[in-house]
Amino acid sequence: MDPLALTLIELGAVVFCLGLLARLAGRIGMSPIPLYLVGGLAFGAGGLIKLDGMHEFAHLSGEIGVILLLLMLGLEYTAAELVTGLRRSWQAGVLDLVLNFLPGAGIAVWLGWGLVGAIVMGGVTYISSSGIAAKVITDLGRIGNRETPVVLAILVFEDLTMAIYLPILTAILAGVGFLGGLQTVGIALAVVTLVLVVALKHGHRVSQAVHSENSEVFLLNLLGAALLVAGIASALQVSAAVGAFMLGIAISGATAHNATRILEPLRDLFAAIFFVAFGLNTDPSTIPPVLGWALLLALATAVTKVLTGFWAAKRAGIAVPGRFRAGAALIARGEFSIVIAGLAVASGVVPRELAALATAYVLLMAIIGPLAARFVEPTVKAFRKSPRKPKASEPIASFEA
Amino acid sequence: MNVDETELPGLGVRKDFITASGRRIGVVEMREGETELFVSTWDDPDTCQASIPLTADEAAALGNLLGGQHIAMRLAEAHKEIPGIVTRQFSITADSPFNNQPMGKAQIRTRSGVSIVAIMREGEVVPSPAPDVVLHTGDLLVAVGTQEGLDSAAAILRNG
Repeated sequence: MDPLALTLIELGAVVFCLGLLARLAGRIGMSPIPLYLVGGLAFGAGGLIKLDGMHEFAHLSGEIGVILLLLMLGLEYTAAELVTGLRRSWQAGVLDLVLNFLPGAGIAVWLGWGLVGAIVMGGVTYISSSGIAAKVITDLGRIGNRETPVVLAILVFEDLTMAIYLPILTAILAGVGFLGGLQTVGIALAVVTLVLVVALKHGHRVSQAVHSENSEVFLLNLLGAALLVAGIASALQVSAAVGAFMLGIAISGATAHNATRILEPLRDLFAAIFFVAFGLNTDPSTIPPVLGWALLLALATAVTKVLTGFWAAKRAGIAVPGRFRAGAALIARGEFSIVIAGLAVASGVVPRELAALATAYVLLMAIIGPLAARFVEPTVKAFRKSPRKPKASEPIASFEA
Repeated sequence: MNVDETELPGLGVRKDFITASGRRIGVVEMREGETELFVSTWDDPDTCQASIPLTADEAAALGNLLGGQHIAMRLAEAHKEIPGIVTRQFSITADSPFNNQPMGKAQIRTRSGVSIVAIMREGEVVPSPAPDVVLHTGDLLVAVGTQEGLDSAAAILRNG
């Protein structure tokens, strides 16, 4: 068959299947990410059907997907929110980093994947899925809850940490030495600070530069700017994704709002292809041997996230049920764990089992997270209420009177 | 009244307060422009019993209802001494013949003896509206008059 025809047919079939999977995910009220990953596993290396025609396209689209994911993440926050969030929640953020980075890093060392593997797996288990967390908070009607700002502040801290972590990871994966690594950290810190300052003082100018009333012009401006910045960041070894993230932060106000609306469908398409491409490159037969480790890691890091949220909410003066709600909302891992694992796998310096472990782990956490968030409240209530039921009935009586 | 304002990064701003009955009540002004109205549960003020998304129109209408009630109560208090005087509120629906028309066109005072003392619009009060104020869907007219006068004013606003 004509290679172009083959690519089109494969691509069409895959995108169509993704549509079906997304619909299924919506029907049962879960994040579509795990289903996309499973879809990728089924079609890729060692899977049910081998798709070779779309490989190149899937690879480039996946890269664009990552850039759009990070750009949209940056658009969600204003620089002012990031700075106040950082000031208010850095203690909880540091605890979050320590508690959740170490289990992943520890398992990687235990499995003999070395320092690089440890830094990758640490990142995979550290970063919560802000997409899933935000959806869970909205779906469960917890926008007005008192613990919600605490959860969001931790997510903000994590996202900012990503802006430092990703360049370090990129440098390490590229095999630079200790000094080179330090230099990258320095550049990353300088760039992040510079962008925050520029965004705080001159955010409207950046917004003006890309803004247009014409949605076609606006889309092309945005996409062009994002790819350019990402490309330049990549050339400077600061990670393409972080460049896009910083651009997103610099764009503010109504422009950011319009940009979100206009980019959302593109992001959904390219990010979906990114998850599939990641699955495509993972041989499903490598998953069963690491499944036990994935389960262990899932349990451990579910507990550490609950501890993080519990502690942060306690500091904010929130009662026990709210502390558990905050912890459970943070459990889900998703898009960014796969972004990190994807970077590592693409560089080829980590063992293939790492991709398998990351896939199995994210599959578990993207499903466990929302479920835990939903059921944590009734569970906590059942445990707390049973010993002192008579007391609980008093307020009801006074309320009805 | 002490209203707390809390930033919700990526979502919007939460504004709430604790009522005398011990419930936390408030709104979240979402980035996208909608409003989320919420009320806390009685046993855990941290969580919400209900969280209701409102469109801009719905939020304005609810603001009118709450504000209108307040004005009506104050007026009723003021007119307590005068027997036979009643305060009532009329809302302008989309199918009212005076929707998007100046209020004077309805000639309410001439035809029913009722005075329109205020208009509640998007949570704000237009006191003593002049006849050239244009009425819009969702406006709440605060009217003072006799029972019969108010009945006929309602009929005028509904049927023209």
